[in-house]
Amino acid sequence: MSADTPNINFFEAKRGIANWLYTLDHKRIGLMYLFGILGALLLGGFFALLVRTELLLPGQTIVGPETYNRFFTLHGAVMVFLVIIPGIPAALGNMVLPIQLGAPDVAFPKLNLASFYLWCSGAICLLVSIVAGAIDTGWTFYTPYSLGGEAGAVLPAVLGAFLLGFSSIFTGLNFLVTIHKFRPQGMGWFQMPLNLWALYATALMQVLATPVLGITLLLLFVEHAMHIGIFDPTLGGDPVLFQHFFWFYSHPAVYIMIVPGMGVASELITTFSRKPIFGYRFIAYSSISLALLSFLVWGHHMFVSGQSPLANLVFSALTFTVAIPSAIKVFNWAGTLYKGDIRLQTPMLYGLSFIILFTIGGLTGLFLAVLASDVHLHDTYFVVAHFHYVMMGSTLVAFLGGLHYWWPKITGRMYPERLGQLCAVGVFVGFNLTFLPQFVMGSRGMPRRYWDFDPEFTIFHQLSSIGAFILGISMFIQVVYLMASLKVGKKAPRNPWGGTTLEWQAPTPPTTFNFTEPPVLHEIYNYDDFVEAEDGGWIRKSEKA
Amino acid sequence: MKTKPFLLALALVIGIAGHAFAQAPAAGQAPPAPAATGAPAAQADAQKKDEGPKLPAWIEELNAEPWDTGGNFWLPTSASEEAYGSDYMFIVVLGLSGFFFVGILGAVVYFVIKYRAREGHAPEPSSSHNDALEITWTVIPTIIVVFLFVGGWQGYIKMKTRQPDAIQIKVVAKKWNWDFQYPNGLHLPNLYVPKDRPIELQMTSMDVLHSFFVPAFRVKQDIIPRRYSYLDFVPNRLGTYRLYCAEYCGRDHSLMKVKAFVLDYSKWERLLTEAKAAMENMDPKDLGKLVFETKGCNGCHTVDGSAKIGPSWKGTFGQKAAMADGAQVEVNADYIRTAIMEPQKQSRPGFPPSMPTYAGQLSEKEVNGVIAYIESLK
Repeated sequence: MSADTPNINFFEAKRGIANWLYTLDHKRIGLMYLFGILGALLLGGFFALLVRTELLLPGQTIVGPETYNRFFTLHGAVMVFLVIIPGIPAALGNMVLPIQLGAPDVAFPKLNLASFYLWCSGAICLLVSIVAGAIDTGWTFYTPYSLGGEAGAVLPAVLGAFLLGFSSIFTGLNFLVTIHKFRPQGMGWFQMPLNLWALYATALMQVLATPVLGITLLLLFVEHAMHIGIFDPTLGGDPVLFQHFFWFYSHPAVYIMIVPGMGVASELITTFSRKPIFGYRFIAYSSISLALLSFLVWGHHMFVSGQSPLANLVFSALTFTVAIPSAIKVFNWAGTLYKGDIRLQTPMLYGLSFIILFTIGGLTGLFLAVLASDVHLHDTYFVVAHFHYVMMGSTLVAFLGGLHYWWPKITGRMYPERLGQLCAVGVFVGFNLTFLPQFVMGSRGMPRRYWDFDPEFTIFHQLSSIGAFILGISMFIQVVYLMASLKVGKKAPRNPWGGTTLEWQAPTPPTTFNFTEPPVLHEIYNYDDFVEAEDGGWIRKSEKA
Repeated sequence: MKTKPFLLALALVIGIAGHAFAQAPAAGQAPPAPAATGAPAAQADAQKKDEGPKLPAWIEELNAEPWDTGGNFWLPTSASEEAYGSDYMFIVVLGLSGFFFVGILGAVVYFVIKYRAREGHAPEPSSSHNDALEITWTVIPTIIVVFLFVGGWQGYIKMKTRQPDAIQIKVVAKKWNWDFQYPNGLHLPNLYVPKDRPIELQMTSMDVLHSFFVPAFRVKQDIIPRRYSYLDFVPNRLGTYRLYCAEYCGRDHSLMKVKAFVLDYSKWERLLTEAKAAMENMDPKDLGKLVFETKGCNGCHTVDGSAKIGPSWKGTFGQKAAMADGAQVEVNADYIRTAIMEPQKQSRPGFPPSMPTYAGQLSEKEVNGVIAYIESLK
């Protein structure tokens, strides 16, 4: 693209809107993804706050049940399909994966751009159809409810999800090939940053699971267009079959969301502890084993659906196996802190939040894997709280941590540290206040997706709503200061955190092909060699001399 | 009262498993308090819906009883034999997770304080892996989850074991009503079960997925159209409990909640007999009103003159109604009967053709009741 301008950073390489829209540069594509995802995050968050406002009082607070049902459908669909699934791989992954490999770009830059435009088309399709079609099915589109209503209002939304699925497959395929083929000489699999192990495991799931979503959505089309009974009981179809297909994709999708978060958290925790990650191989293997196990546990979403008790037993047993690699990771992260030199900068505050919130998310999963207690807890607020601890408390918190961690490298600007720390604490406090009361509500029997609730749950709902506003304000401030830092932020040093992975050897911001001189491989996660430099960053002792 | 919620939240944060074991006085009393302030409105609503003579007074009074909001901090009152296995595992997992959570949180906080970066502090050399330690913390969780699986299995198998002598109650769920049919043929919108007798629910749905959920019984089962789902339990504590729909089913999903009553066997029998007799001798228009409230008519029709999904029943009897084909037809007994049995035959402009047929679902007497009720709403 710009072989003639090797020393100019990628922002300045070729200016103008058209150059951004047609770019094949992974960093520009990553940034465009990032802005799209942040926009979707604000939209999804806005609907979350509307939901929480409606739930301040029993009965009607601001809107009626029909509108409320549309609010939570929008919130769920936007957050799952547009924010959390693409969040870390497509935005952060695109920006840093090739640089962490010391490579100039991903293996298939055009496929990368195609993935972004599929995401845009899918997003528009999904949003327009949910709003115009007044869809109120929830993000799960369960049949037969989703088959009713205004003839086929759900179908365009489903087409949107279908396109988003292909966007996800393209990204996954690209990352798999890039990691296999673009590792530099001397970087074996076990010299790779853990972030790349996690992105690799994620890409495997994206490529293998997402086609099932495509098939399911196509079957919905076929049923609607040709009246062939697949899911519709009035045509002889089976609505529970839809749940099987849906969760066969959507359970791996849960790991598509969480595994990259684990990768980012691993990077944050080791860098800010100034200490090698504890148990590198166990963490790497557990990412891969989570990817494989994720395909075997979809039935735990259906313990009370009418699935046979035998199937329930098998799925319950398989579900427990997921607990083991998750537990290993948590212990290893805590072990990494031991005898470190812990720096509580914003990314690390998110890293520590991640350990704690993921622990809660994981442990509360045990209640749901145990058959006898799941029957009571299923479809209550307990489940809502549990998956928000994993989706939001873990994945989104890791995303925010990674965003602050790599922001200086990509944009060349520092964010305001104090404000960042304050918001990180705000997110942690607000999040816990939002979702801890929901565990109690749920175990006391409050069903989910309820516009109205019984008066005995009022206090829990009110605590939860207050927490949601603290959370919302903290998130909003971050988006504002990050955008502002593009203009007024301090210039970022080359290696602000003393990271050992290759992206910190690239110029800040990187040039179009990332490196001006070939990066030098050092032992990964060895922090002994670094000293703090005058520019506020870190350099290797050898460079100083 | 202001500090209590805060204390509750605090107790939760610390993860004290003890709360679940003891009927902690602070926690145990908290739920009724908000109920006392908020309940009257909800209960008054329920009464408004129930006005008019239809069932013996003592049954009406029973129906108006507030639902149980007791229990401990974590779990509602337990009122079935199945609850034991569920609660036992809940408490075991709560204790275990509390232990691990406090351990991990403690380690993280301790390390962060002890090894925080400061003047004169540097990372100390320590090994970057330790196979013995890592294998230990792989094996221990493995053993623990095996025990959890077995415990959960045992409780679940008990729930799924059908008892041959169970009393069968047929349940029809539809947007957004419950219909319980008792062994003597009586239909009621609430669930009444005798204490200490095995109950089997045979459930089906008229439209979309629903789910039967009584928190106090700790049982839940999705209900699927054109198929029967079964649910077995043995209620073992007298009282009035909440019965919810737990699977999202559309607009009034959150209003699809009624009550489950656990009664002495003799009282239960008396209730069925007297309610049945009352309904057989009921004034036709009262019966029509009951059908309106319990068979789903009120999901789409109103009796106050406002249009909902279908036309209102008020002031329509004896009027001329415009049909889709332009004809003017008088709303009389014949018209109403056809509208109930073959609803698509006389579609009216401005309303979606979404009414299901009630042929075979309403008795002759009930159809006459509906006609009489609509006539009374002139």
